[in-house]
Amino acid sequence: MPDVILNVTAIPHLLTLVIFLPVAGVAMMAFFRDDTQIKQVALWTSILEFLLSLALYGWFDTTTASMQFGEIHEWIRTPPIRYAVGIDGISLWLILLTTLLTPICVVASWTAIRIHVREFMIALLLMETTMVGVFCALDFVLFYVFWETMLIPMYLIIGVWGGPNRIYAAIKFFLFTLAGSFLLLIAIIVVFMQGGHTFDIQALSRVHFDPTVQAWLFWAFFAAFAVKIPMFPLHTWLPDAHVEAPTAGSVILASVLLKMGAYGFLRFSLPLVPQATYRFTPVILTLSVIAIIYGAYMALAQSDLKKLIAYSSVSHMGFVTLGIFVFNTQGVEGAILMMLNHGVTTGGLFLCVGLIYERTHSRMIADNGGLAKPMPRYATCLVIFALSSLGLPGTNSFVSEFLVLVGSFLLSKTIAAVATLGIILAAVYLLWMVQRVAFGVASQASARLADLNWCEMASLLPLLLLVFWIGVFPNPFLTPMHASVAHLFAQMNRAPAIQVPLLSQRAEILP
Amino acid sequence: MIVFSSSDLIAILPELVIMAAGCLVLLLDPVTSAARKPWLTYLSLGSLIAAFGLAYGLLGQPRQYVFSGLYVIDAYGTFWKLLLIFVTALIVLLAKANLAHEQIELPEFYAFTLLSLAGMMVMVSGSDLLVIYLGIELMSISFYIMVGFKRSERRSMEAAAKYFILGSLSSGVLLYGISLLYGRTGSTTLAAIKAGIALLPAGDPIMLLAMTLLVVGFGFKVAAVPFHMWTPDVYEGAPTSVTAYLAVASKAASFGAFLRVFVDTLGGLKANWQVLLTIICVATMILGNVVAIAQSNIKRMLAYSSIAHAGYALIGLVVANEAGTAGVLLYLALYAFMTLGAFTVVTILRKGGLEGDEINDFSGLAKRNKWAALLMLLFMVSLTGIPPTAGFIAKFYIFMAAVNAQRTWLAVLAVIFAAVSAYFYLRVIMVMYMREPGEGSGTPGYGVRIVTSPAATIVLGIAALGVIVLGLFPNPIVKAAQNAILPLP
Repeated sequence: MPDVILNVTAIPHLLTLVIFLPVAGVAMMAFFRDDTQIKQVALWTSILEFLLSLALYGWFDTTTASMQFGEIHEWIRTPPIRYAVGIDGISLWLILLTTLLTPICVVASWTAIRIHVREFMIALLLMETTMVGVFCALDFVLFYVFWETMLIPMYLIIGVWGGPNRIYAAIKFFLFTLAGSFLLLIAIIVVFMQGGHTFDIQALSRVHFDPTVQAWLFWAFFAAFAVKIPMFPLHTWLPDAHVEAPTAGSVILASVLLKMGAYGFLRFSLPLVPQATYRFTPVILTLSVIAIIYGAYMALAQSDLKKLIAYSSVSHMGFVTLGIFVFNTQGVEGAILMMLNHGVTTGGLFLCVGLIYERTHSRMIADNGGLAKPMPRYATCLVIFALSSLGLPGTNSFVSEFLVLVGSFLLSKTIAAVATLGIILAAVYLLWMVQRVAFGVASQASARLADLNWCEMASLLPLLLLVFWIGVFPNPFLTPMHASVAHLFAQMNRAPAIQVPLLSQRAEILP
Repeated sequence: MIVFSSSDLIAILPELVIMAAGCLVLLLDPVTSAARKPWLTYLSLGSLIAAFGLAYGLLGQPRQYVFSGLYVIDAYGTFWKLLLIFVTALIVLLAKANLAHEQIELPEFYAFTLLSLAGMMVMVSGSDLLVIYLGIELMSISFYIMVGFKRSERRSMEAAAKYFILGSLSSGVLLYGISLLYGRTGSTTLAAIKAGIALLPAGDPIMLLAMTLLVVGFGFKVAAVPFHMWTPDVYEGAPTSVTAYLAVASKAASFGAFLRVFVDTLGGLKANWQVLLTIICVATMILGNVVAIAQSNIKRMLAYSSIAHAGYALIGLVVANEAGTAGVLLYLALYAFMTLGAFTVVTILRKGGLEGDEINDFSGLAKRNKWAALLMLLFMVSLTGIPPTAGFIAKFYIFMAAVNAQRTWLAVLAVIFAAVSAYFYLRVIMVMYMREPGEGSGTPGYGVRIVTSPAATIVLGIAALGVIVLGLFPNPIVKAAQNAILPLP
C-alpha cells in the first residue's frame, strides 16, 4: 500500500485549491470597498470552497488507507521540509465540517458584526485556510505552521469582536494554546532527530522510538493537543473564550478547533509513540471520565447559555478522548463520528444562542424565557439541537455516543458505567435549559420577539439535516473511516512488545 | 616592519569605501550649503550600495588572510558584512525620516553611521584580537556620539553618558582579557592563540580568567545578562533610529566577533566556556522576557525583548556546532528585519514634537491607521516566533541546533519563555486593536498621529516583505547562512 496516492482527479491540485481558496477570497476583497460586497465575497468564496470540498467526498476511495489527493513539493531544503498534503478517512469529515461551517459562520456574522467587517471576514477566511491545512498536512512542520498560524486570527476574532471581557479571554486562549504548541515544536524536532531525519508523518509512523523518548514525546504531544481539546484540567480557557467570542468565533472554536486536538492524538500520538500511548492510557481514560462528569456538573450550574454549552463541550470532548483511547474499532470510529456530530450539534446550539443574543442582547437563561410562543421556529431548532446534544436515539450524537460506550464497555465496564452517567447528566442540564428557555415564563419583552427569518433558517437547515441524517443512516459516514482506522491499529501494533487488544468486529450494523 | 601589498587593499575594499565615504561626509559637511545637505545622505547611501556590491563579489572566494594574518576574508565574515551593510542602508533611510522630525538632521550623523559600520566590518573580519578590539572601539565611540545626538534632551545625554562609562569599562575588561591571553600564548593573533591553547594544560587558571573576561566584554556588547544594565536606559534615551541601529547592527557585529573568537579560537576551552555561557544564556532568556512584561515604554520593552533575543541567539553559541553557528547567523539576519520594522513603526508615531513611545500611545492605532497597526502586528507576531513569519524560522533553526546537540532542555526552556514573551508582544497588538484611540493615555482621542515619509515607508516595506517572504520561503537565507559557517575544529 503506498503512503500517498497522488491526485489524479479531473481538478489538478484539488487539495491545494481547497486549502488556499479562502486566501484567494481574501485577495479578492482588495477590489471591494463596501461592507456588503465584502460579506458577499466572503460568502461566495466559502460556498465555492464547500462545493469544492464535496468533490473530495465524491472522489474519495473508501477501500484504501493511503492518503488520497496527495501533493508533494519540496519547500525547505535543509532540513527537508515538504509541502505534502493528502487526506484519509480520519480527516475527510473534519475538512467537510470546516468547509460547511464557514459559510454558516459568514451568514451568522452578517448583521452581528458591525465594526471592521472587512477585517473580520479576512480573519474568518484565513482561519478556514489554516484549519483545512491542519487536517491535510502530511509533513510535521507544515502541520505545525498551519496549527500555529491559526492562533492570530482567532485571537483577533475573540479580542476585537468579542464581549465585554474579551481581552482577558483572548489572551488566556492565546497563552494556553501557545505554551502547549511550543512544546509540540520541540517534540517535532526531537522526532526529526531520532526518527531518521525526516518530517514525513507516515515515514515517522514506521519508526520505533526508544520507550523513554516515547514517554517524553507523548507528554509533549499531550501538552499541545490536550489544551486544544481541551481535556480536564487544561480546559479553563474554554468557557472564557466561548462566552466572549462572537457567535461565529464560538462556532469555529467549538466545532473545529477543539477537533484539532483530538485529530492530533489520532494522527500523531497513536501512530508515532504507540508504546507510550498504551502506557499512559489509564491517565488519559481517567481524565476523560473526569471531563465527562465534571463538564456535565459544571454545565448544570450555569446561568449563561454560552457557558452551559461550553461546559457541555468539555463533557462531550471527554467522550471523544475516551473513544480514542479504548483502542478498538467501535471506540475510535465512534470518537471520529462524535467529533463530526459535536461540530454539527454544538455549532447549531451556538448559532441558536447567537440568534437570541442578537434579539435580546442577553445570553442569560433567565432573560430568555418562554420563547416557544413568540418564536416557534426558533424553539423547534433549539429543542432539536439540545436533544441531539443529549444523545436522543434517532439523532446523530446517539450513534457516536453509543459506539464510544460500546468500545469502552469492551475495555472496562466501570469506565463505561461512569461515562454513561455523563449522558444522564447531559439530559438533565439540556432539558432543564430547554424547559426554561423554550417553555418558561415569557417576559414582556420576549413576547414581541420576531421569529427566525428565512436567512437564519437557511443557516441552520444544513445542520438540522445532518442531525437526522447521521442519526438515522450513519453508514455513509462510517464507511470511509474503516480502512483508515484499521490502518491506524496496524501502525500501533508494529511495536512487537505490546499488542493492543484489538477487536476485529466493526460497527457496520447498528443496533 | 609590516609590509602589505595592493592585493591586501583590494581585499578590504568594502571597508575602505565605507571609511572613505564616512570621512568625506565629515569633510564636506562644513563646506556644503544647507540646500545641498541631502546630497551627503545620498553619498552615504551610494557608498553603502557600492560596498555591498564589492562585498558580494567576495562571496565565492576561498578563505584568505591579508595584512600578515591580521585580517581574514572568508565566507563567514562576508555574510556578516553583507548583513551589516544592508542594515546600515536601512538605518540611513530611517534616520533621514526620523532625524528631520527630531530636528537634529546633521550630516555628521551619517558620517558616524558609516564609521561605526566600518568598525563593525573590522570586528567580524579581524583575525587578531587587537584588530577586533580596534573595530569594537571604532564602533562604540561612534555609537557614544550617536546616542547623545539629541543634545537638547536630557534623556539622550544621560543615555550617552551611561553608555560611554559602562562601555569604556567593558572595553577595559576586554583588553585585560586580551593581555592575559597574550601573556600566556605570546601572541594576539587568533591562529597563534588557538595553537597556544592546545599546548597548555587543561584548566590553566590564567586562561580561564582571560576567557571569563572576554565573556564579560562580549556579553556587554550583545547585552547578555548580567551585563545588560545599560540596555534599557540607552535604548530609551537614544534617538529611535540609533536605538534600532544599536539593537540590530551592533548586536549582530558583536555576535559575529563573539562567535569567531569563542567557537574557533577558544575552541580548546569549549568545555569551560560552555558552562559559563549556558548560565548566561538561561539568565538572559529569563530576565529579558520576564522584565519586558513590566514595561510601559515601547522602547524599553523592545530593549528587554532584544536582551531576550540575545539569549535565544546565545543558544546557538552554547551548542557550538555547525548547526548552532548557522543558527546564530540566521537568527540575527531574520531578527534584523522584525526589530527594524518595529522601531520604524515607533518612529512614525508622533505626539506633539515628540515620539509616541509609550505603549499606551498605540491605543486604537488600528482605527486611525490600519496599515501601521497591521505592520506592527506582523512584527510583534514575528518577534514572538509564530509562523508563517521570519521569527518562526529563526527560532526553529536555533532549536534544531539545540536538540541536535543533546540540549533539548535548553530548547524547552527557551520555548517556555517564548510563550511568556507572547504576553508582552500581544499586549501591543491588544492595545492597537482592542482599545479605543486615546484610551489609557490620559489624552482621549487626541495627541498621537502618524507621520509617514517616503523613506520610512521604504524601510517598513522592506522589513515587512523580509518578515513574510523569508518566513514562507527561507531557502535562500538558510543556504547563505549554512554556507557561511566557520570551519570548526
